[in-house]
Amino acid sequence: MSLDYLIAVLITVVGASTPILFAGLGELVAEKSGVLNLGVEGMMLIGAIAAFATVDQLGNPWLAVVAAAAAGAAVSMIFAVLTLSLSANQVATGLALTIFGTGLSTLIGNNFTGRAIKTFEPLFPAALASNPIGRVVFGYSPLVYFSFIMVALVAWFLRGTRAGLILRAVGENDLSAHSIGYSVTGVRYAAVAFGGAMAGIGGATFPLVLTPLWAEGLTGGRGWIAIALVVFAGWRPVWLLAGAYFFGLLSTFELYAKASGASWTSILPSEAWAALPYLATVVVLAVISASKQAGGNAPACLGKPFIPSA
Amino acid sequence: MNMNRRRFIQASATTAIAAALPLIHSPAYADTPLKVGYVYVGPVNDGGWNTAHEAARQQMLKELGDKVTSTYVASVNEGPDSERVFRDLANQGCGLIFGTSFGYMDSLMKVAKDFPNIKFEMCTGFKKAPNVANYNIRFHEGRSVIGTIAGMLTKTNVGGYLATFPVPEVVSGINSFQLSAQKVNPKFRTKVIWINTWFDPAKEADAARALIDQGCDVMTQHTDSPAAVQVCESKGIPTFGQGADQSKFAPTMCKTSTEDQWGPFYISAAKDVLAGTWKNTDEYWGMKEGAIQMAPITNVPDNVKAAGDKIIAGWKDGSYNVYAGPIKDQKGNVKVAEGSSLSFDDILGLNWLVDGVDGNMG
Repeated sequence: MSLDYLIAVLITVVGASTPILFAGLGELVAEKSGVLNLGVEGMMLIGAIAAFATVDQLGNPWLAVVAAAAAGAAVSMIFAVLTLSLSANQVATGLALTIFGTGLSTLIGNNFTGRAIKTFEPLFPAALASNPIGRVVFGYSPLVYFSFIMVALVAWFLRGTRAGLILRAVGENDLSAHSIGYSVTGVRYAAVAFGGAMAGIGGATFPLVLTPLWAEGLTGGRGWIAIALVVFAGWRPVWLLAGAYFFGLLSTFELYAKASGASWTSILPSEAWAALPYLATVVVLAVISASKQAGGNAPACLGKPFIPSA
Repeated sequence: MNMNRRRFIQASATTAIAAALPLIHSPAYADTPLKVGYVYVGPVNDGGWNTAHEAARQQMLKELGDKVTSTYVASVNEGPDSERVFRDLANQGCGLIFGTSFGYMDSLMKVAKDFPNIKFEMCTGFKKAPNVANYNIRFHEGRSVIGTIAGMLTKTNVGGYLATFPVPEVVSGINSFQLSAQKVNPKFRTKVIWINTWFDPAKEADAARALIDQGCDVMTQHTDSPAAVQVCESKGIPTFGQGADQSKFAPTMCKTSTEDQWGPFYISAAKDVLAGTWKNTDEYWGMKEGAIQMAPITNVPDNVKAAGDKIIAGWKDGSYNVYAGPIKDQKGNVKVAEGSSLSFDDILGLNWLVDGVDGNMG
């Protein structure tokens, strides 16, 4: 196993983990405020097509990231109005949002298939990224570094700011927060919008970092993994980072192990290898939920509509 | 005339029936257009497999004009959901239904049993029924052109094959690629990755990167999106398109593409159903019948292009057969003796890999 080989694997792992990390962070904030938004996959696809269309028409990948965030947030507002103002069931509305987002992105994307786009210029000077170690630290797309910054920001926001405290309060006990005078609905609207924006950026990672083309269903179900990972992480941002990279590592490992043709890879059929990352996620979820301490980390009002009583 | 009532009634009834006879004929099925249904496994604009099927459907519509109408359902998952779609098309009054992916076979057979008057055509399948015919393209002919070019272009003598499911069509593709490459380059080996999906661009791109990082300096893929082709362009690895011309995704690195021509199948099947001469015989067509052709071979040295063109000509006039013996499997057993070759049935049921392929069956 040469250094070059390990570096190649590491770079692929980072690429595979980044979209799940973005989407997971957004969903984490939304869930911390008490809203369970299952529409992550739909919002990611809307973000992906928004980013692709922007780069294709205007040529600026930074603008594409902004467009993806805006598109994701806009679509999440449909969910927000239905569940927060009209008290619709959050699970059903979230699923409907996924189907809507998938269909809408396909409809818009029909005009954009078969086109290739240019993506980001390298962020750091080429000299820094020329040697193997340099590439591992400096050679990534700007979106990757942004994802790390967001993990830190979200963690600091939730633990170290007053606004974060209010958000958590709304998620733990909405009636008490309401009686103190905070706008529960307002906080949740903001959290859902943030979740939509992050899911949009997560979706944008696909055309901007991974595969510079548009295809129907480009995200391949990664949105669902993000939702599961939020639970896996016990609603803590740093653990979410670990979980996203764990999943990315397993997915990538499967491919490289098969490609190396090593004989030990044949102990399992390839279908089992393909299922491994998802199985591992489920196992971890089960273990975490069994432990009382982590299971008790779920925001107490998760998924319950807020109905102020007299 | 002595007419009593009975006589009168008999006479008028007879006259009425005689007058009405010309108006009674068999229902005018031939006057209503034949409805043809298609089920696709992916999106019609994938730039590969499904794009080729849709283009062929358009050819059929153009050729047969208002004698046929047609409808399609795209992105239908293989498995139980496809059964629902086939039933739906049957209930809509389709007279001829095409299932365009191997994974539809069992569902299609089930629905065919329930609708014995509708003709079903199964793409790349092998099960038999009175109202089901299988149609298939001899893809291995196209793969052998690709393998020949790959064998001549490689410097590391390792080629990469991005495979999907371990079904005979894919196994045959791998074997044909390896056999044709090693005919021009005895040291050639093929590495295989199975990703268990026909269409997942992000996974295809990662798998392509994995193969390249393992030392493959030429690559081909069996998937339906151009993601792998794009990765090869960015890394400077010669590659080949599948299903349709994919050179616009890799202008310098895509050396040629296999172009599936399903038009001839669709036109002849619809014509047969219209004329009432449809039979459930299996059709297995190749370059000679115009069912597969290669996009122009570009960006290679002249001798490589000439070698590729020679293989194409060889299939058309019968002088080249990639599956002529001797052929050994991965364990070294001689599966095809010198002087004989794999039969069409053998190829359609292929489930072992040839010597020179690194990787297992799925």
